[in-house]
Amino acid sequence: MDLEIDARYDAFRQEVRDFLAEHRPKGPIGLGQEEDEHRVHWLSLLIEHGYWGRTIPKEYGGYGAEPDLLETVIMDEEFNKAGVPRGMAVQGPTMLVPTLLTHGTEEQRKRWIGPTMRGEIMWCQGYSEPGSGSDLASLQTSATEDGDDFVINGQKIWTSSADHAQMCFILVRTEPEARKHEGISYLLLPMDTPGIEVQPLRTMSGDIGENSFNQVFFSDVRVPKANVVGKRGEGWKIANTTLKHERATLNANAEGTWMRLARLMQSETVGGVSLMESPVYRDRLMRLQARALSMKHHGMRMLTCSLKNESPGVAGLVVKLQNCQLSFDMAALAIDVMGELGALYDHSRYERERGYWQAYSMFSLGLIIGGGTAQIQKNIIAERGLGLPREPKPARA
Amino acid sequence: MDFGLSEDQLLLEQTLRGFLAEQVPIERVRELREKDCPNDRAIWNALAELGVTGVLVPEARGGAGLRLLDAALVSQSLGHAVTPSPFLASSVMAPVGLASLGGAECDGWLEGIAAGTQVFGVALNELHSVREGAGVSLDGGRLRGKSLMALDAYGADLVLVAVGTDTLAVVRHDAPGVETCRLTTVDATRCTAELVFEGAEAEAVFEGAGGVATRMLEAGRIVLAADTLGACEAMIEQAVAYAKERKQFDRLIGSFQAVKHMCAEMIAELEPARSLLWYAAHAFDAMPDEAPLLSCHALAHLSEIGREIASVSTQVHGGIGWTDEQNLHFWFKRIANARHLLGGPEALRARAAELQGFAKAS
Repeated sequence: MDLEIDARYDAFRQEVRDFLAEHRPKGPIGLGQEEDEHRVHWLSLLIEHGYWGRTIPKEYGGYGAEPDLLETVIMDEEFNKAGVPRGMAVQGPTMLVPTLLTHGTEEQRKRWIGPTMRGEIMWCQGYSEPGSGSDLASLQTSATEDGDDFVINGQKIWTSSADHAQMCFILVRTEPEARKHEGISYLLLPMDTPGIEVQPLRTMSGDIGENSFNQVFFSDVRVPKANVVGKRGEGWKIANTTLKHERATLNANAEGTWMRLARLMQSETVGGVSLMESPVYRDRLMRLQARALSMKHHGMRMLTCSLKNESPGVAGLVVKLQNCQLSFDMAALAIDVMGELGALYDHSRYERERGYWQAYSMFSLGLIIGGGTAQIQKNIIAERGLGLPREPKPARA
Repeated sequence: MDFGLSEDQLLLEQTLRGFLAEQVPIERVRELREKDCPNDRAIWNALAELGVTGVLVPEARGGAGLRLLDAALVSQSLGHAVTPSPFLASSVMAPVGLASLGGAECDGWLEGIAAGTQVFGVALNELHSVREGAGVSLDGGRLRGKSLMALDAYGADLVLVAVGTDTLAVVRHDAPGVETCRLTTVDATRCTAELVFEGAEAEAVFEGAGGVATRMLEAGRIVLAADTLGACEAMIEQAVAYAKERKQFDRLIGSFQAVKHMCAEMIAELEPARSLLWYAAHAFDAMPDEAPLLSCHALAHLSEIGREIASVSTQVHGGIGWTDEQNLHFWFKRIANARHLLGGPEALRARAAELQGFAKAS
């Protein structure tokens, strides 16, 4: 156990602070089309200084530094403290770019990575289908060969940002006769191709939050065969390398949320008495603090494993499940603390913190389900982590 | 930065687990539960030879001079094997107290602890919970009153006793005016007692020792939490092993999602709690300002998830888990008893809130 960060990182931390003091943007960095110029300028500046796309090679539009997890931790800490986004946590940079770095051709990397990191090209992810959620590999959207093209027909759902993305990375079935995991290919598809229809999918949290979900319909959509990433029929394997990445990034800042909850309990009153005075609510708050501290220190343990290049084993598999449930439970206490005013929403009179906690509650519920449901997580923990047997396949009728 | 165990710590854990598996298997624990006092001196002497009894005793006094995280790992192994021993009182709480109090007498006792020749109990229960009118006072230099649930005091040679809230005294178990009655709990592997003092003479009295007593409680809470962690680990291992061999409806029961999700939930609670415990134990030495809060949270949290894991693991076993023969109950009861020994979860959380200024000190 040694929780000191080596002194050689002090200079790096100072560098980050100086950068933020000088360049810190005044307004929020939006993801919509109307904010294109502002966003591209900010992300380009970050890449130039090495705070975004830090380890991506220069020839693909990155900064070209060696990977160093502690530098990442320091950058995240300092940007968080300054309340400034370090880049853009959307699916292009977080999911597609690592995929292209591992599986893309030289031409694909040169063409897509730079503009994606700079926010010039926004991506959406075409994975889930109405009939293929947890059982993603059963997906049915087809791509049939026609000359130099594939022709796509089918439907995708839960497609974040499809309404304003220029490109889509999509999983389609190219080999219908192959076994379910072996007939899938990973394609890159411009969203302005004829035959694509995007319909917004309003979620339970309404208009609050940056995540817009959509359904996307494909009717005879043509995409050149050259747009396959990796080998044809290997899309499942390719997608899986980045799905793991998605689960790892669904990480809540549990301690920060807990502190916000504690402040709410101090300021909220009923009958003129602070809710923090109530032993009942206080006990719940303390229970959550123990869980939040557990997840914080668990994160440090996971980070150490990454630094040492060791697998954390089952301890790593539980992170998503526990963090998402903790977020939901913290929101639940916050709402209870506000009592009958806790349900106020949508700019109502007396609404607290602009409806933050109701939105956070619903958003957390979405995270419990999204990126692999809690039940799928438990299967993974039990089967891969504890070595319990898989459920036998039902006999075919 | 390195948030994890060192090579030495892994080796300590491995050595101790190997020793316990060989020397104190569950059959031996079953024998010990029939004894008047389950804390067997032969086992204790063997642990002394391994350097375990003096894990926290300074090297100058013949101990290993290690840190609380090392003691927590020992405790975790003892909990994992449900080994009856006075480790919590004699090797953790007493040495933390005696080393701070200092002086020739304390040095001598520390040497005895490390050698395993002197076993200490502690009677601090009334610092956090007064029931049955218990409490010990000094009257003309002599101890009067009683203390409940004194840890490892039955079968000990000496006892460190809280007198009021600010004084500590060391008493011989066989001094005139000292009566030690074992208080039988559900857990046959941990020895708790009632100490009654009727004008007993103390070997030593330390006034102004409230701060020392607080540190003893902090250390005790973290190390007791580690015992529960180890017991939970063992219960999960047994549940998983059983789910891999037991068949019903022509299937291994571990292939049913209902059962595998129970197993997943147990380990999902346990692993982050392990991280919390490591941090709390590390903080005790490296960041003592954080230890009061973290010791409360570590024990309260482990006690909460411990109760759940103890129940769920038993349920995975079905009816056989409920039998004496299956042995699972040894762990269940160890966890159940530990839950309230150094402050139950509610009291610990109330204290955690006070420490952060969220509530007035009671």
